[in-house]
Amino acid sequence: MRRWLVALIVLLLGRGRRRRELPAAEPVLPAEPPTGPRAELGVAALLLLAAAAAVAFVIVYAGGADTQALGLALGVALLLVAAAFLVVAKRLVPQQETDEPYPEPAHPTEQNEAARIFEESAGGLTRKKLLTVAAGAAGSALAVAVVTPLASLGPVFDTDLLYESPWRRGRRLVDSAGKPLRAADVIERSLFSAFPEGVDTKDMASPIVVVRLQPADLELPAGRDDWAPEGILAYSKICTHAACAISLYRTPLNEPTAPSPALVCPCHFSTFDPATGGTVLFGPAGRDLPQLPLEIDASGYLVAAGDFSGPVGPAWWGVRKR
Amino acid sequence: VIRRLVRYVDERSGSAPLLRKALRYVFPDHWSFLLGEIALYSFVVLVLTGIYLTLFFEPSLRETVYNGAYEPLRGRTVSEAYRSALDISFQVKAGLLIRQTHHWAADVFVVAIVLHLVRVFFTGAYRKPRDLVYYLGVAMLMLAVLEGFLGYSLLDDLLSGMGIAIAYSVALSIPVVGANFALLVWGGAFPTDEFESRAYITHVLLLPVAIGILLTLHLVLLATRHHTEFRSERATEVRVVGQPMVPGYAPRSLALAFATGGVLFVLGGLVQINPIWQWGPFETGLSTNGAQPDWYLGWLIGALRLAPAFDVHLFGYTLVPNPFWGGALFPLLVFVFLFAWPSIERRLTGDHAFHNVLERPRDNPRRTAIGAAFFTCLAVVFFAGSADRVFVEVGLSYTAQVWIYRIAFFVAPTVAFFLAKWIAGELRAGELHPFRGVTGSVVRRTPRGGFEAERRRPD
Repeated sequence: MRRWLVALIVLLLGRGRRRRELPAAEPVLPAEPPTGPRAELGVAALLLLAAAAAVAFVIVYAGGADTQALGLALGVALLLVAAAFLVVAKRLVPQQETDEPYPEPAHPTEQNEAARIFEESAGGLTRKKLLTVAAGAAGSALAVAVVTPLASLGPVFDTDLLYESPWRRGRRLVDSAGKPLRAADVIERSLFSAFPEGVDTKDMASPIVVVRLQPADLELPAGRDDWAPEGILAYSKICTHAACAISLYRTPLNEPTAPSPALVCPCHFSTFDPATGGTVLFGPAGRDLPQLPLEIDASGYLVAAGDFSGPVGPAWWGVRKR
Repeated sequence: VIRRLVRYVDERSGSAPLLRKALRYVFPDHWSFLLGEIALYSFVVLVLTGIYLTLFFEPSLRETVYNGAYEPLRGRTVSEAYRSALDISFQVKAGLLIRQTHHWAADVFVVAIVLHLVRVFFTGAYRKPRDLVYYLGVAMLMLAVLEGFLGYSLLDDLLSGMGIAIAYSVALSIPVVGANFALLVWGGAFPTDEFESRAYITHVLLLPVAIGILLTLHLVLLATRHHTEFRSERATEVRVVGQPMVPGYAPRSLALAFATGGVLFVLGGLVQINPIWQWGPFETGLSTNGAQPDWYLGWLIGALRLAPAFDVHLFGYTLVPNPFWGGALFPLLVFVFLFAWPSIERRLTGDHAFHNVLERPRDNPRRTAIGAAFFTCLAVVFFAGSADRVFVEVGLSYTAQVWIYRIAFFVAPTVAFFLAKWIAGELRAGELHPFRGVTGSVVRRTPRGGFEAERRRPD
């Protein structure tokens, strides 16, 4: 141990001496009066405080690792180092502004020579056009070949997938816990979510909203007269604009000035009228909300009487509008 | 030590002349030149915290029953992604700090890029010979927004699921090939398990590497052409004036680097961000009101809201669905404008010269006016993205707000255009500085009846 220490001291002293022996060269930087030891002490203090904060970080981590304390310790440590650097920049190092010329805007000789190297290399070619066409063909065909395996990523042409729906005639409506939904449970002025019984609820066509209106208020499109038993209506819960779930119901209302009950999407405010078959009242949606025909079975449960009136969810090029 | 190190490196790489030049590289001084550096240092924090998070995050939508430390969600069926994100937040020591710092750093990263862009735009820093540097920067902004979106989409909480659903709808809405494109990217009809791992590899590898490459090019090109500067007695088109890298500038920049890191960790520790346990896991049939994406997506959600209720359809079939206008066309136009602007301006002015000296906004009222209109327009759309918060706080109905913003979309940029042009013109004419008082000449009557003029200049 002691021998190492001695060796180290000798090494350090030796190095110091060697530096002194170097010929005194012209200083590179312009000379500046020293700023005194106070700023140096300040920097040292800041750095020591930063070290303390960093140690505090380790201690907090070893203890309960409280997020606030951790963030404060590490953040403050970094900020203290930043402060130290700031003092160094402003007080400890020479503060002379320098200037230098901007680089040459252009190098005409080299430009010319570079272009000529290319031109003269191709100077002996006689069928430039043919070669260009052939190279173009090879390049584009290779590019297509290289990206072709990307088609394995998904069923590119299988757009029928987008029409799939788990709803069939006779399929019961269940709530999110899987409990079948009774017609009597669906009260007015409230929004119920339901899913097809025994099917994956993740599928975009699965979730529906169920509301009850006065049968007299309904103005459903032609052919949907028996789709809403007792005035209970079911619509796809997925907005036809951008696939958010429609979880707002504009009701109960402050009669008589309030507008009619409406299903509202919280994302971009598309607003649909449940009384008229899901037509768009407001907002960016372009297609009506698909309606699901309902029936009430013998034991009073709600069941689907068929599939939706149209494709569910956001639209794409060529999808049926209703 | 330094001498030996320099000699070691030089004898093996021959780089001493380069080093000698780099050490004296001149950085012109102005606070607004630091915005890009803040973005750079935020990126460093993002990479470091991001690497840590990948060690704990599980990019899979496989279902599992949550059994961790957060009581209210115990027993819920959630995805591995959501479960591991909860574990990072509650069980991994310092995990929440790193996660929140990562999120904050992403937000600050994009803020810094946007402010940097605004600075570059209004001072004409993008003019030749730095137009390439500018294009690289705008490209990085695009990638940064996408990167941020994918980042918070990974966690499979309710907000990320809603965001992905909207992105899927926008992809579907692309004319002609939208359905094929969406099926390809998602590997089927939304929601798919495949999307998670694809988003993950894009978020942790493809985009960061792409940003890193563009960033390197951005900095190398900038250094070869040197920084721009504001005009002064000494600073001219042919001479650059400022602090040399060593000793003046490096400690300042390091101070900024550590300060950026420090602020981000203080934010990450003290200010909660994206508490996914409150949003709950994503389910297709769920959504929430008053939910906000990260700020840099506000302009997209706003555009989707403000787009007129209009689809292109033919014989009862939809051709171009509505999300295309706000979700694809609008951002496309914004970025086309940003990319095309240097060429547009060259065409308008016929100015093909080299420019090393910046213009102040007042020096070029036309550019200032166009920029003011452009950014005001974006600001209107951005604020429309917060309409649900306004509804919750103030109670102004969505319908009313959408109409207010639709009108403001046209009115506000027009007003901003003429206002900016007028102010810039007046400032230029009077050389009046809004913060430094009157300049120009003060004329006084002397006791003898003559006049004396005293010229005042901005300091």
